[in-house]
Amino acid sequence: MTGVLVSTTVNGDPVQFACPTNESLLDALRNRVGLTGVKEGCGTGDCGACSITLDGRLACSCLVLGVEAEGRTIGTVEGLVEDGKLHTLQEKFIEHAALQCGICTPGFLVAAKVLLENNPNPTEDQIRYGLAGNLCRCTGYDKIVKAVQAAGKEMRKKKR
Amino acid sequence: MRYETPTTTKEAATLLYKEKGKAYVLAGGTDLLVRMKMDMIEPDLVVDIKRIPATKAITKSAVGFKIGATVCGAVMGEHSALVKAWPGVVEATNLIGSDQIQGRCTMVGNLCNASPAADSVPAMIAAGAKAVIVGKDKRRTVAVEKIVTGPGKTSLAKGELIEAITLPARPPRSGDAYLRFTPRTEMDIAVVSAAVSLTLLRGVVKSVRVVLGAVAPTAVLVPKAAKAIIGTKLDDAALENLAAACSEACNPIDDKRGTIEYRTKVVGVLAKRAAKIAYQRAGGVL
Amino acid sequence: MEHDTSYREREFKVIGSRVNRPDGIDKVTGRAKYGADTSAPGQLVGKVLRSPHPHALITKIDTSAAEKLAGVKAVITSADLPDLTGKNRGMTDILENCMARGRALYHGHAVAAVAAIDEATAKQALKLIKVTYKKLPHVTDVDEAMKPDAPVIQDFVMQDGKPSNISKITSFGHGDVEAGFAEADVIVEKSYKTEQTHQGYIEPHACLANMSSDGSGELWVTTQGHFGFRVVCSTLLGLDMAKLKVTASEIGGGFGGKTHVWTEPLALALSRKANRPVKLVMSRDEVFKATGPTCSTSTDIKIGAKKDGTITAATAVLRYQNGAFPATWGLVGAMTAYACYDLKNVKTTGHDVLVNRPKVAAYRAPSAPMAAFAVESTMDLVAEKIRMSPLNFRIKNAAKEGSQSSYGPVYGPIGIGPTLEAVKKHPHMRAKLKKNQGRGMACGFWFNFGGQTCVDLNIGVDGTVSLTIGTIDVGGSRASLALMAAEELGISYEDVRTHVGDTASLGHNDMTEGSRGTFSSGMAAIFAARDAIVVLRERAAKMWDIPVDEIEWIDGEARALGVEHSNLPPLSLKEIAAKSPNTGGPIAGHNEVVADNAGVSFASHICDVEVDPETGGTKIIRYTVIQDAGKAIHPDYVEGQFQGGAAQGIGWALNEEYIYGEDGCLQNAGFLDYRIPVCSDLPFIDTQILEIPNPNHPYGVRGVGETSIVPPLAAIGNAVSQAVGVRMTHTPMSPPRILKAIEDAAAAS
Repeated sequence: MTGVLVSTTVNGDPVQFACPTNESLLDALRNRVGLTGVKEGCGTGDCGACSITLDGRLACSCLVLGVEAEGRTIGTVEGLVEDGKLHTLQEKFIEHAALQCGICTPGFLVAAKVLLENNPNPTEDQIRYGLAGNLCRCTGYDKIVKAVQAAGKEMRKKKR
Repeated sequence: MRYETPTTTKEAATLLYKEKGKAYVLAGGTDLLVRMKMDMIEPDLVVDIKRIPATKAITKSAVGFKIGATVCGAVMGEHSALVKAWPGVVEATNLIGSDQIQGRCTMVGNLCNASPAADSVPAMIAAGAKAVIVGKDKRRTVAVEKIVTGPGKTSLAKGELIEAITLPARPPRSGDAYLRFTPRTEMDIAVVSAAVSLTLLRGVVKSVRVVLGAVAPTAVLVPKAAKAIIGTKLDDAALENLAAACSEACNPIDDKRGTIEYRTKVVGVLAKRAAKIAYQRAGGVL
Repeated sequence: MEHDTSYREREFKVIGSRVNRPDGIDKVTGRAKYGADTSAPGQLVGKVLRSPHPHALITKIDTSAAEKLAGVKAVITSADLPDLTGKNRGMTDILENCMARGRALYHGHAVAAVAAIDEATAKQALKLIKVTYKKLPHVTDVDEAMKPDAPVIQDFVMQDGKPSNISKITSFGHGDVEAGFAEADVIVEKSYKTEQTHQGYIEPHACLANMSSDGSGELWVTTQGHFGFRVVCSTLLGLDMAKLKVTASEIGGGFGGKTHVWTEPLALALSRKANRPVKLVMSRDEVFKATGPTCSTSTDIKIGAKKDGTITAATAVLRYQNGAFPATWGLVGAMTAYACYDLKNVKTTGHDVLVNRPKVAAYRAPSAPMAAFAVESTMDLVAEKIRMSPLNFRIKNAAKEGSQSSYGPVYGPIGIGPTLEAVKKHPHMRAKLKKNQGRGMACGFWFNFGGQTCVDLNIGVDGTVSLTIGTIDVGGSRASLALMAAEELGISYEDVRTHVGDTASLGHNDMTEGSRGTFSSGMAAIFAARDAIVVLRERAAKMWDIPVDEIEWIDGEARALGVEHSNLPPLSLKEIAAKSPNTGGPIAGHNEVVADNAGVSFASHICDVEVDPETGGTKIIRYTVIQDAGKAIHPDYVEGQFQGGAAQGIGWALNEEYIYGEDGCLQNAGFLDYRIPVCSDLPFIDTQILEIPNPNHPYGVRGVGETSIVPPLAAIGNAVSQAVGVRMTHTPMSPPRILKAIEDAAAAS
């Protein structure tokens, strides 16, 4: 493989990896950095299972080249745990049974975190449209939306 | 595959011009990477223009807005002055994909991908937008409706890329709107769409542009539809004439997203609804 | 040891509580490992070459250039997969579906496969394989395939002595339908079509195969049944079963689509040839083209009724396409069509038909949704004609305990009547409807299955319990099974941990399908716990030095019975476990059972829709699922099954379909144009769990996972009919179809 060395920050830590120029950031994170929390559900931006934050903005890592991560900051589901504690969203997803098979869960957690950061008190509609880029085939979204509502409520109280 | 990150538009143009193999511009990547993944293209060179300052900003001046080629949909939606002046252009761009897509996709990318169903294009054309094109030796400015020449094809010459889109200064009592039909609430490509941009004089439509999407190989500007509502306050008869003109002007296909019959009928429905929204945004009372 | 499977009513201590699932933290932190999440040193990337044609002879495959490419370590075609099945038709069909044998039978059919050092090399190798095809005429529509001049897909399939695409015709029913129709005051006849849909799991198929040169091997795979996969893979590759260890990864959705092998035998064959591990992950495109969608169908319904609402006769003629290989999905459809009703005269005939499409696999209550769409839509039409409410018409004819079902058996206590009564009382029925909104309801049924099951229950010296099961966990069953073991042992849920064992650790377990996971493994877990209790009592007897029949096990402890032992304080499970090294060694329970009588599960759904009459755009405003679960071990997961099945049914009803062109090729092999519901498409889905205990399970459990996908198609069809006055007979009821129906109706009037 003729590749490029990429220096980036992932979940707050400096990370270096080498990848071919035409490899997606999704593949680079999974195969070069070893972070398998991002999932390939489609590889074409239609399912959101590969969701990450890129400089704080929600993005599909399958639609970003690995080399585009140079000098940027990336956030994945593995970065939600802080100081050894689960994020409120992670707790609420478990509590509200917002996952069945769990394959879409990492993507939803990243997307929901960004949603609540930008809009701490969203309406049901705002949650649904904000998460429209994440497909779930198991739950019908009902308990996911309720978990996000519960997390939002608690985060507004705790401010985290 | 070579990956370059030029810092000026001219540098980008030169790279594109000189490339003997297949060269592509990368802005948001939400079309380019899909085509690579589906093995539709195998680039020899990708020119990432996101580090070119001239492409990164939204600037407002007396002659209107200038939106850089790498400005993403989300940033456009967060720009309150732009949203106020051109709600139709912004809502059209903001309809592209999910929040994940919105943090990356660009109007210019949407335009140059040249899909007949592109969301931002009808709204840009209705607004009278122009494209600032940079080649290795010169620049030119061209109306957006002259960019797309067919599905997947643009009028850009080898070595040219679009640096920014300009929107003209907005007279008072103006409004625009974009509507599209999709079977789901999100994540679909438009089956049919309509954009209307108008200016009122004492509650009466003074000037208007009506543009249809996903009903022909390229977006369709429909002067007859515009004529149908000029000088009116959008009474029922005027709206019916508008709808009929739109249905007449379209040239759709049957495909996996819709039928000829469906698109022809619904384009008229959407054009009427978009006209009403634009009218109300311009301060008109229905 | 024989165990009593019968239900005994009791006060449950932990059953029914909403505990956190044991795999929850792994799944919310990204730590859980799915099919594509593991790697082996030296692994190769596997890729499959697929037919661009729907039907073609393969006259030549030249792999020489691919084999010479640097970095390519193995190339296989059907020549590398000799038929070792002993001419077992079912197995040879699987073998041929995994890789074409001289002919491509559908667009996307696997033709060759490679293993190379990286993805780029593997892709390049595929390009270098030269396949010579001779195109043949194709057919993809079920009705077209039944015509006498249709291209024949399988030459061993005969009807009336002639080659045919109709592989089976089966009838069910009882009584005299002719006489019944003669008695009817009204008769409604209508035909329906449903397009093909896919299970749509978000995780593509993925596996890591690692064969050794001594014929042993390991397979890590996302599957609904690793034991079943071991049977098939070892048969196809000529391996000893005990030498192939299959480990199930976490599964990212299955719904029936992961009960079959698709690329796993290819990965094993490549690994064997290259003598290196091979990781084979399907792309989303491949999942749609070359795994197992459900049938597309065409159905004719005829129902006759008296003015008082009694159905006097009912028939269904069903035509189901199975893809390119014979199967019995039409037969199953014919069984389920009228299962909700108590009918004196009924006849259903199912046709199983071959077409040039992928081999159909089970999809959640397979074959039932399509039949229910046709029957439940027609029920509303009959109700309308006799001026009875759809609800009362169904209540009048609902099956009950003692009814002879239309597919044969006599029902025990069942839930269809109770769900209909619950619909009557539900506040949804009284919610106000606005303009262009309409309300519909429909019923559904699924059999549910038992099957071979094997479970180990091991008690550690600290008194915590390891429950090893062989049914993979699709939606939280690890928690439910721990609850059942804890309930039976009388200990707390937190002291039991469920783990899915690999094929080397347990005897055979049938797949997690047919809504059998919680039912079957639950039954086995309860019996394994009872076995362990026998041992615990024996150990207490030893520790106390009293006869074992003077000891009872209550609430998690051994208690000595009788006044003479009143000085002996009870011994907890933890205390007995702590002493186990000295009283006889590890304490365990084990159970193998062919679980049976999973109990049929009935549901009634209510749906409100709003239709835009100018565009045909349809929105679900409100949705309620009422279903009998027998006993809800973990109510959250039962609700989750209700909601998930309903959401899939909604997608099927409104937007999902396989779109084939005239050229026989699939046009929408991706999530962009195969449109499953997104979060903003659905409202909250209300659920009501009814509990009519299954008399054949110790805790009354019935299978619940599947029934919920059955009613939505007709519930929505009936709602659309109320909203805009048109009767839809073709799913998906996409906006162009609805708008056309509205315009045709307007033109006709």
